[in-house]
Amino acid sequence: MQYAILCYNEEDVVWSMTKEEDEAMMTRLDVVQERLIKSGKLGPSLRLLPTTSATTLRKSSGEPLVIDGPFAETKEQLLGFFVVEVANLDEALDIARELGAAKTGSTYEVRPIALYNPDKRSVAGT
Amino acid sequence: MTDTAWMNAALTAARPQAIGALVRYFRDLDTAEEAFQDACLRALKSWPQNGPPRDPTAWLILVGRNAALDSVRRRNRHAPLPPDGAISDLDDVEAPLVERLDETQFRDDVLRLLFVCCHPELPVTQQIALALRIVSGLSVQQIARAFLVSETAMEQRITRAKARIAKARVAFEAPGAVERAERFTAVAAMIYLVFNEGFSAGDGSARAQFCGEAIRLARLLLRLFQTEPEIMGLTALMLLQHARAAARFDTDGEIVLLDDQDRSLWDGKLIAEGLALVDKAMRHHAPGPYQIQAAIAALHARAVRPEETDWAQIDALYAGLEQLQPSPVVTLNRAVAVGRVRGPAAALDMIEPLGSRLSGYFHFFGVRGAFLQQLGRDEEARIAFGQAIALAHTAAEAAHIRRHLDRLTQESAAVSG
Repeated sequence: MQYAILCYNEEDVVWSMTKEEDEAMMTRLDVVQERLIKSGKLGPSLRLLPTTSATTLRKSSGEPLVIDGPFAETKEQLLGFFVVEVANLDEALDIARELGAAKTGSTYEVRPIALYNPDKRSVAGT
Repeated sequence: MTDTAWMNAALTAARPQAIGALVRYFRDLDTAEEAFQDACLRALKSWPQNGPPRDPTAWLILVGRNAALDSVRRRNRHAPLPPDGAISDLDDVEAPLVERLDETQFRDDVLRLLFVCCHPELPVTQQIALALRIVSGLSVQQIARAFLVSETAMEQRITRAKARIAKARVAFEAPGAVERAERFTAVAAMIYLVFNEGFSAGDGSARAQFCGEAIRLARLLLRLFQTEPEIMGLTALMLLQHARAAARFDTDGEIVLLDDQDRSLWDGKLIAEGLALVDKAMRHHAPGPYQIQAAIAALHARAVRPEETDWAQIDALYAGLEQLQPSPVVTLNRAVAVGRVRGPAAALDMIEPLGSRLSGYFHFFGVRGAFLQQLGRDEEARIAFGQAIALAHTAAEAAHIRRHLDRLTQESAAVSG
């Protein structure tokens, strides 16, 4: 079973961490990720830039509207996600717990993946 | 989980909005600051025990407001003090409060707080010190150290600035469209000043942290006002400049010019964010000075090697900036691009008329010296470099020009020998 573990946090807070704190967090996270990769459970993961750099395309009656900013103005924003391959939900939640222990005050949404298209670009084409 | 790193970051992140709201309630900077300070102390006690509140900013505003009202009452020897445990009621009080907090008002709170710091009567250094103290929450000691003055002197500087603001009476009502636009302009200029204070000092200096702080303020402003192209431009400009921080000075602290920088040291993440913001801003078709400068910085950032730099486009962008914001400094910058496109003679022609207005400007003589040197007019170049050194603000600036001079001397020695 494949799950996406979506990380939500208040980006104001995340971007207010000192460089040292942020680096320390990423190092702790690397350790967990390394272990998960070795166990064959962790697929791709990514961290997003702040929502201020986001643009939203919203369906309207005519041409879709292009709006500055994220989809929703919420207290917590989607900051990145992990893709994991696990036997069941419990295992996915365990991984989210492990990631959470390494990270700082995040909330995780664990959500099954319906369709997964791997990166099909050839290396030369990138 | 309420670890220390998260708590500190949460308090820092909440500060502009919380103090902004408290200033609206109390219409006084000192009261607002004290109230926030008080709320932070209570948060440090309460959060680890009770868990962090759902909305830390709202929590801090409410607790701060109550604490300040308490101390007013205490001073007036009115009504009995509410028990300390009253704070535990917050879970109930918080929900309706959050709903009541009008998002627009919140936005204007932050904008007003920033605007207060850049009051035109305040000299530039006071604006910067005040913004760093009040909005960013840097300690007086940190700011004093960065400006190389004593703590007492900085304390006085900030107190004086506050007194001046108190007299100036900033409007607390929600601003109209024109007033809001004026506030944007003033605030953007102030944030860029904070940035430049750090940028010119270089990576090793105590002032270097100002760059990150200015970027944080700009991101905050942009998150509150998502559709302002000039705020996008300002944020992008600072991100793209700051991305080069690690490459701008060598191990001896000497300036490394753009052409000579190790571009692998540029911060790819900051560049990606900056470029994305430039693209977003362009879609608005409302060019402004920050957007143009960001577009110029973006052309540098996009060049993997210095030879790939699109100088003709940079020249065109500077021409646009000259129209929007005519200034001899802009023309001087344009001349550097012109030098690359049309050669040093054309560039020198362009800057000669600026001499009288830029006679006290370090970069004018540095750039002029470089053009003269390229034209083989060594003696004049030497004089220009000498003038530049006399006007240098930092040791790194002076050292950089001195290297040019040394090169000139070596070359002429080689020719004569």
